[in-house]
Amino acid sequence: MTTLSTAPRPAGSRVAGFGHYQPPTVVTNADIIARGVETNDEWIQSRVGIAERRFAMDETMLDMAEAASSKALANSGIAATDIDLVILATCTSEQQVPGGAATLASRLGIAAPGAYDLNAACAGFVYGLTSASNAIIAGQARNVLVVGSEKLTDYVDLFDRSTGIIFADGAGAAVVTVSDSARIGPVVWGSDGDNADAIVTDPVSVTLRQEGQTVFRWATSTMGDVSARACAAAGIEPSDLAGFVPHQANLRIIDLVAKKLGAANAVVARDIVTSGNTSSASIPLALSKMLERGEIGSGTPVLLVGFGAGLTYAAQVILAP
Amino acid sequence: MASTEEILAGLAEILNEVADVAPEDVSVEKSFTDDLDVDSLSMVEVAMAAEEKFGVKIPDEELPKLKTVGDAVSYIESNHS
Repeated sequence: MTTLSTAPRPAGSRVAGFGHYQPPTVVTNADIIARGVETNDEWIQSRVGIAERRFAMDETMLDMAEAASSKALANSGIAATDIDLVILATCTSEQQVPGGAATLASRLGIAAPGAYDLNAACAGFVYGLTSASNAIIAGQARNVLVVGSEKLTDYVDLFDRSTGIIFADGAGAAVVTVSDSARIGPVVWGSDGDNADAIVTDPVSVTLRQEGQTVFRWATSTMGDVSARACAAAGIEPSDLAGFVPHQANLRIIDLVAKKLGAANAVVARDIVTSGNTSSASIPLALSKMLERGEIGSGTPVLLVGFGAGLTYAAQVILAP
Repeated sequence: MASTEEILAGLAEILNEVADVAPEDVSVEKSFTDDLDVDSLSMVEVAMAAEEKFGVKIPDEELPKLKTVGDAVSYIESNHS
């Protein structure tokens, strides 16, 4: 019987660096109210925990992806020319065809890498990170750029109280590379297509609609367990975590899931307060800022938990770069 | 099977835990939204806790119909196993 040869496989994978980009335009709750949206600051802060968010005025989704990627590359110490795979997680591409990953690579001076877009909505970055790590461990890539970038304001009715106050724009990126030990843990992922209707773009208006109560119930009742399983899969206790970075969907979901997980020693990401919900960008955006502020030490375990439209979820422990 | 009084006391406990409502403020005629300041997301938390406590299913589409504490007590009484 014929057998095929396989690529040499490294012992593990690691994140070499994170980077992020946020548009300069700050939109406060007062700005939202001034536009004529029927709401108030207290309502927004108590329901979702957002005080302000960023809107991209001139930047495209790819512009933000490029800016975040450049910073991640600089922080990783890996040259753009050494990247051999680019994964762009987004659900807000300007065009259906072509995907943005190849254009992004070209703009960054990465020559002819494997390149593809990935749509797992708010879980997209963790799906991308897992895909990057798996490609490396299988010997199919050595240096992978993973980006979550979203211009959600293109897909939001800014006068819809259930979405217009929540969604925002931004990007976060990571460079993943070979490692002599496992520094990216196994993923715990899954989906719930029975609840596909909970978060959708309306086929006519092409704006996002979400059933807040359904998403809230699903996330608060399942993400604590998913988080605990990701810790167990990586062979650590929740109390070992130095950081907990769930998708920045809603501050009340973040607090409830953190409480269920009981990660007593972890800094919990609360970037939603000043950034809003940036879907696939929210996890790398929050974590990149936490690392920049020195809140999480190099080599310490951090749990990432993405969850959102699909419904999809993915959780994974990594060691901070 | 829990009595009406036991369900009311159980709900008061849940409301205190979830939304910081003082147990003495909880009575059947009180509106969750207007009197007890329980918002739509807190109602989901109350429903999930009540499901666990009373062995009852309270789907999200039922929540808008449960306007008062009394509505919730009646719903639990007629649906719990």
